[in-house]
Order: sequence, then C-alpha cells, then structure tokens
Amino acid sequence: MERIPILKMGPFLLVTIQIDLYDRLALTLENDLINMVSQTGARGVLIDISTVSIVDSFMGRILGNIASMSRIMDAETVVVGMQPAVAITLVELGLTLQGVYTALNVEKGMELLNTKLGDNLELDDDEEEDQDDRND
Amino acid sequence: MIVMTKDTMEIVREQDVVPFRNRVREFSTRIGMSLVNQTKLITAASELVRNMLKYASGGKVILEIISYNAKTGVRLTFKDEGPGIPDVAMAMRDGFSTGRSLGLGLPGAKRLVNEFDLKSNPGEGTTVTVIHWKNGR
Repeated sequence: MERIPILKMGPFLLVTIQIDLYDRLALTLENDLINMVSQTGARGVLIDISTVSIVDSFMGRILGNIASMSRIMDAETVVVGMQPAVAITLVELGLTLQGVYTALNVEKGMELLNTKLGDNLELDDDEEEDQDDRND
Repeated sequence: MIVMTKDTMEIVREQDVVPFRNRVREFSTRIGMSLVNQTKLITAASELVRNMLKYASGGKVILEIISYNAKTGVRLTFKDEGPGIPDVAMAMRDGFSTGRSLGLGLPGAKRLVNEFDLKSNPGEGTTVTVIHWKNGR
C-alpha cells in the first residue's frame, strides 16, 4: 500500500506531502504519525504542504486531527508552505485550521518548533527550581 | 448559453476523486482561469464529489466549458440517485451535518463558486450545478 514517508530529525518528525492525497492515504498518514510520535517521543511534527494544490474540508480536518492528537501526546504540529491560493480558498470555505500552527516555510517552521520546545524546557526547569525551593 | 466542450465522469470510488479533480483543472486551465479561481473551483468540486460518494455512494459529473454573454466558464453538474436531502435549507447551513464531518461542504462550496444550484427530491436523488467564470465573477 502507498504511504507517505515520515522522517525523524532530532526531536521532530518531518512529513512532506508531495502528491494529491486521497482519503485513505490521508487517514493512513494520520495514523502513522500518531504512532511515530508515541514510539519516538517526538516533541514536534512538521508537515510541509508546499506542493499540495488542493486542501478541502476533509484534508483540513485531518490536519486539525493530527495537531490535536499530537498535542495530547505532548508534541506540537506546524503546517508549512501553504500556497496563497490554498489559503484564500480555505478561508472562504470556512476552514480556519484552529489549533494548527503555521509557518511560511520549512526553515521558519523548524524555528517555531525549536522555540516551542525551548519554552517547554524552560517551564520544566522552573518547576524543578520550585521543587528545590520547597526542599530548602 | 453555448456549450463548447463536454465530458462526463462516473464517480463510484474514492480513487475516482483525484482523476476527477485533475480533469476539472484541465478544463479551467483550458479557458485560462487564474490559479486562485482554479483552486476555488476544484476545492468546491472536491467537496461536492465527496458528498456524492458519502451520501449517495457515487454518481456522475458532467463537465462543460460554457459561454454566456461574452463570459466563459466551467459548469459542473453533479447527479446522484441517492436518498436526497430532506431539508435543503438546513443542509446549506454552516456546521450542519448528518454525517460526522465539519458540515462545511455544501455552504463552503457555494461560497467558492459564482453560481450554485441544488435540487433534491427525497428518494430520487440530488443534482448540484455550479458555474465558475473565467475571471471569477
């Protein structure tokens, strides 16, 4: 069966969608990604849709699902490279991709994920410090 | 109204959707439609064809290049023999769905194209006709 490859890069997972997704392929990707997040303990998912020419409500829902599921598993999702025509169409369709982070390109998307990861690490540190204070 | 090119496609499986979308792109490119307008039309077509598969287990689509009042456009007619839509006004509302979807399909598709017409007879089927003009208005 056809599958979209998922690459692991440090604490992040990378997906480049280079073909027009039909429904089953999109659902398989959703499933594979969540499994990968669980197996690898990834902290972020980056989905590059720069070659995707059509995002309809189904595809939009899949992107939203991936983001919500990943968040529950402690990973953030960034969708990058959306074509201007796709963005215009999505908004008119009524799909605002709530809860999904977006960035202009892969580079900016990686930056965003790194910032998010940094923020979370700082938070963790703060909590540890609080713990220390209590011990004193 | 003059019909310049006409084609019919049967949509019975999910795998028929991508070739159908490509055919719509071909028709819109042929009349020189801009990328944004092409994207709007194909997205609307994708929503409608998905509805047809989901609620009526398929149907057929007539693709046409039409000319009217010195305007050129693409007309798509989606015909199915499914259960029909009992309450069309309700189905056209944002967020309403009898399936487990977002309920954006019909109202969203209507917003994306220039002309939208839906006729449905419960028990007989549904016909949706959309027209998108070359310059998007």
